[in-house]
Amino acid sequence: MNKVIEVENLTRTFGHFKAVDNISFNVEKGEIFGFLGANGAGKTTAIKMLTGILEPTSGKGKVAGFDIITERNKLKYKIGYMSQKFSLYEDLTLKENIGFYGGIYGLRKREIAERTKKMIARLQLGDIENTLIAEIPLGWKQKIAFSVATLHHPDIVFLDEPTSGVDPITRRQFWDLIYQAADEGITVFVTTHYMDEAEYCDRISMMVRGKIAAMGTLDELLHKHAAKDMDEVFLKLARQ
Amino acid sequence: MRTFLAFIKKEFKHIFRDKRTLLILFGMPIIQVLLFGFAITTEIKDGKMAILDLAKNRMSQQYISKITSSGYFILKENLKNYSEIEKSFKRGSIKIALVIPEKFAENLGNTNSSVVQVIADASDPNMATMLTSYLSGITNSFAIEKRLVPEVPIKIESKMLYNPENKSVFMFVPGVMTIILMLVSAMMTSITVAREKEIGTMEILLVSPLKPAIIIIGKVLPYLVLSLINAFTILMLGFLVFGMPMEGSRILLFLEILLFIVTSLSLGILISTIAQSQQTAMMMSLMGLMLPTILLSGFIFPIESMPRILQILSNVIPAKWFIIIIKSIMLKGVGIRVVWKETLILAGTSLLFILMTIKKFKIRME
Repeated sequence: MNKVIEVENLTRTFGHFKAVDNISFNVEKGEIFGFLGANGAGKTTAIKMLTGILEPTSGKGKVAGFDIITERNKLKYKIGYMSQKFSLYEDLTLKENIGFYGGIYGLRKREIAERTKKMIARLQLGDIENTLIAEIPLGWKQKIAFSVATLHHPDIVFLDEPTSGVDPITRRQFWDLIYQAADEGITVFVTTHYMDEAEYCDRISMMVRGKIAAMGTLDELLHKHAAKDMDEVFLKLARQ
Repeated sequence: MRTFLAFIKKEFKHIFRDKRTLLILFGMPIIQVLLFGFAITTEIKDGKMAILDLAKNRMSQQYISKITSSGYFILKENLKNYSEIEKSFKRGSIKIALVIPEKFAENLGNTNSSVVQVIADASDPNMATMLTSYLSGITNSFAIEKRLVPEVPIKIESKMLYNPENKSVFMFVPGVMTIILMLVSAMMTSITVAREKEIGTMEILLVSPLKPAIIIIGKVLPYLVLSLINAFTILMLGFLVFGMPMEGSRILLFLEILLFIVTSLSLGILISTIAQSQQTAMMMSLMGLMLPTILLSGFIFPIESMPRILQILSNVIPAKWFIIIIKSIMLKGVGIRVVWKETLILAGTSLLFILMTIKKFKIRME
């Protein structure tokens, strides 16, 4: 058992509002952990705490073996992050974007060049190294953004609603990339509000109003709540 | 260090890839200095004038030719009666009218005075005042010349110290430099940080191992360089095109410019911690910074003639102090011993902005 994320009683309040209310869970190495919930359920706040950019009000957590409060600086080298926005610079070329992200993670020029080549081959993008991101189609950008987020070979990659606003085919292709990353031993922590995406995850946690209302594999959740799909599980939990 | 270089490289690419902004950035200072230097002068020449000469004697002819040869007025219309005066003003063909009475300068022996009437178009009050005072000056010297009055016992011999030719461009070069530095440093920095927030890359930067301080320095440094280039361009234009003097120490001038850039940059960063979008950042910079800077720095409107409340308010405008500093150094040639107070104010303001930024940043991180 190799735990990559360990969270105990994590809470974050904004004024009187409990955005994240006493959550505890573990994620194992190489797992695809689905962090589901409606908009405003506290998913993004939880991710911010796990990536070390927001301090918890109480509770503790470890990510990639580092404490999320006291060892933020070391932690940051071990994680990758991709937000629902594209997080690539439109006015820079693909190569320049990769160069920049590689650079801020302290990669050497040679390493960056090597990984760029590999990445382009894997994504079958052809000759677009020197194309501005603005001129690259949306679906490709998404995949590129994911590859860039894992460029520095992190232990864990956090994906915050990576597939929102993307067509089903591209979504499917995107999940293929996630599987590939998981096969290489990268743990994937993904938030989504598409309940059907839950079936792609190894394990799911369902957040409702800042609390984890349910957690387990897809089958476990369906069985426990006597539901035929995740939508039903979600509705049942939300009505409680 | 490698991470920092990667960041700086990216920032410069953003700047140089945006051709339109680049053009504004480097074109604007040049155009503004030239515009202010050539087009805008506080002196009025060729004031359009109408004359109603009721005397039509030798004296009035000499008086008129003295006025028209002064260079300040051109005679547009010779009027025949009073009713034409207002028509001419309404048409807008004249700015000032002069009525010379019958028997002008003839009965001086008896009454010892003669009254000419001057009517000015005060819909432009500044111009009206100036034209009227020019005209009264010419009239006085005409009277002395013709020995209508004895030599005035007290004469004024004036000397325009620090700016002997009374060139307004000496005021505009420091003014334009202040505005441009404020614009480039404060507005551009706040926009570039807001842009990262808007497109969502700010989160990525915060999650990355980049330290917040490095992000801020990386954002600020390119604009510091651009601002210095702009300051240099404006000064060169001032020296070469307008013959601006440089009486004081160049090193001190450079340091003071650097200090003002730091003040503006820290202000820009402070704005960017508040503004969430590029649009907000721009509006805040334009409305909150540019307008007060232009209006209250003393660059265009003299602070001394403002209402008391605005005079007090002008003290919080960093640009005011900066303009005083550069004028003192460039025109009067004074050193730090004279401008230490202004320098201290700018340094204090920068420090205040930086502390506020750190505090704001902390609140967000907590």
